[in-house]
Amino acid sequence: MVVMKMKFPFQKRVKLAQGLWLLSWCAAISGAITFSLGCILKTELRRRAEVMDNSDIHVVPNTLMIVGLASLGINYFASKICQDALDAGRFPRWKNMLKPYFAVSCFFTVLMLLAVIMSFAMKGSLESSLKVGLRNGIRFYKDTDTPGRCFQKQNIDRLQMDFHCCGNNDFRDWFEVQWISNRYLDFSSKEVKDRIKSNVDGRYLLDGVPFSCCNPSSPRPCIQFQLTNNSAHYNYDYQTEELNIYLRGCREALVHYYMGLMNAIGAGVLSVFLLQASVLVSLRFLQTSMEAVAGNENTEIETEGYLLEKPLKETIMEYIEPVMKFFLLTNQVEEGTPGAPAST
Amino acid sequence: MIVKMPFMPVKFNLQKRVKLAQGLWMIYWLSVIVGILIFSLGIFFKIELRKRSEMMDSNESHLVPNLLILVGLMACGLNAFGGKVCHDSLDPMKFAKWKPMLRSYLLLCCGFNGLLLLTAVLCFLMQFAVYLTLAEGLKNSIKFYKDTDTPGRCFMKRTLDMTQIEFRCCGNNNFRDWFEVQWISNRYLDMSNDLVKDRVLSNVEGKYLMDSVPFSCCNPGSPRPCIQHHLTNNSAHYDYDHRIEELNIWTRGCREALFSYFSSMMNSIGMLILATIILEVRLHPQHTTMEDPENPECESDGWLLEKGVKETFGELFSKMKILGKKNQVDEGGDAEATT
Repeated sequence: MVVMKMKFPFQKRVKLAQGLWLLSWCAAISGAITFSLGCILKTELRRRAEVMDNSDIHVVPNTLMIVGLASLGINYFASKICQDALDAGRFPRWKNMLKPYFAVSCFFTVLMLLAVIMSFAMKGSLESSLKVGLRNGIRFYKDTDTPGRCFQKQNIDRLQMDFHCCGNNDFRDWFEVQWISNRYLDFSSKEVKDRIKSNVDGRYLLDGVPFSCCNPSSPRPCIQFQLTNNSAHYNYDYQTEELNIYLRGCREALVHYYMGLMNAIGAGVLSVFLLQASVLVSLRFLQTSMEAVAGNENTEIETEGYLLEKPLKETIMEYIEPVMKFFLLTNQVEEGTPGAPAST
Repeated sequence: MIVKMPFMPVKFNLQKRVKLAQGLWMIYWLSVIVGILIFSLGIFFKIELRKRSEMMDSNESHLVPNLLILVGLMACGLNAFGGKVCHDSLDPMKFAKWKPMLRSYLLLCCGFNGLLLLTAVLCFLMQFAVYLTLAEGLKNSIKFYKDTDTPGRCFMKRTLDMTQIEFRCCGNNNFRDWFEVQWISNRYLDMSNDLVKDRVLSNVEGKYLMDSVPFSCCNPGSPRPCIQHHLTNNSAHYDYDHRIEELNIWTRGCREALFSYFSSMMNSIGMLILATIILEVRLHPQHTTMEDPENPECESDGWLLEKGVKETFGELFSKMKILGKKNQVDEGGDAEATT
């Protein structure tokens, strides 16, 4: 049972070859674009790597880069094959290469689709990585004298200013951490001693936020200390004050930014996937229709082209079996003839 | 009798002419790309000036970017035309229709080169104007920082804060400019408070002055949380000496920061225009060889100028005199200046 049989007169074959050549060069350029999109995404993720706990999300840009490079190779060969396809003398030399070529191309095309699906599906992993990373960033904000953490303060400050956000979930995260180093606290002062004694861990906690939480759009100069104390500031009510500091949490801001980037890239890569798939389908039709010509004196006869020789399941089994045999055989002791599974 | 010698004559046979035409065609299209680049740089410069126009009191001169846009468009047009002529020059049939226009085209190119030179000079000289506009504009911005309720100045605070954050600067000359203005609006001052009353009474104009700066002056690279109030009072903060503290707030003034940004932009644009002038000037000598392909196969002479330099300029001036005289009384005999 042949899958998708189509008749190909000579003119149609010629047109198919010409169209395919153009299409494969377009697909090669798209492959290069995919590679550069992967590079852009990786660069953006690395810029904020200090507030991410793990690098699981990097699998998306890595896959995109691999697929982009592979696509360049696949399409280069596709253009070469279709250039030779109409020449009966040169086409036979590709005969042996075509089966593994199609296997590899299908694998990388499916990988491209997987990359798109992953870019949508990895939101949860990104969010949990950011949650832990930001919590640590806020905790180590004051440790500007500890090697390895000197730049946490600068990173968090720049992050809050660039993304217009404050804290992890919101600005109250700063109330639970001591973000002023002991080096800058006057321990002989009564106020400092009171605050430190007021909690179990002996930390200097206050209802204040760093300056990087300040919103420049506020009509009044920034209030960063004694935020919950209405009487400390003239004409101030912290329940209704909206523009003073950024109310959004940095985790939400970063997830929103990265998901937007990955959605846009995913949409682009999806169209590249469709282009690549159409290249492979056209090439398969060209190959099968040209194979029927082989051996004939008259190269201008009408032939039939098809997509798959056997039904889909059997074709997949046919490809997977050599791989399975290879892996299974290395585990077993080989004696006599292995029971070769018959594929009709 | 003085034989009129062409200026810089060179001999050309067919092969050399073909190669010349091809090379010229490439250079013309390269010049079109450079023209597009100049056009887009002009647009970029215009956008940057508009973004910072509040810092310059909306008083800035858009002469340079407008000139760049014009020059870019002209460069594209002239060089595209030149490329087309070059492409047709090896075919006598096609070339015949371009022949009458060539002389005026070359004159136009000379004028265009002059315009390019003027633009380059302006790029370098207008930096002084930008500096002065910035000084005045920033002074006013700092003065109007607190007026977030005055229509027309509502966004001055936000613009100045964003500028100080982006350019990593504080104040006009330096952060002390903030000590001389009241940058907290009276709406947020408790006038019944003694401290406030003391400060307001302490100066002639009744302004609430303090030795503090806005939060946008804070340097994120400082190891300690930002100190923005009581900057000159060492005892107000633990372990603080305002004379040796370097990283707390930005010490550079915004005028210097903005000026260095604009001047580097204008310098690089000026350099690009000078390079374009050199490219354009190289093109024109080659072009005159295309003027005479009547006998395609034979050797022909190419030259830079048909007559010597002095004679060409003399001819040019006399032509301009004739044009000038035509504007005056146009009756009776025309006083024709003959060469």
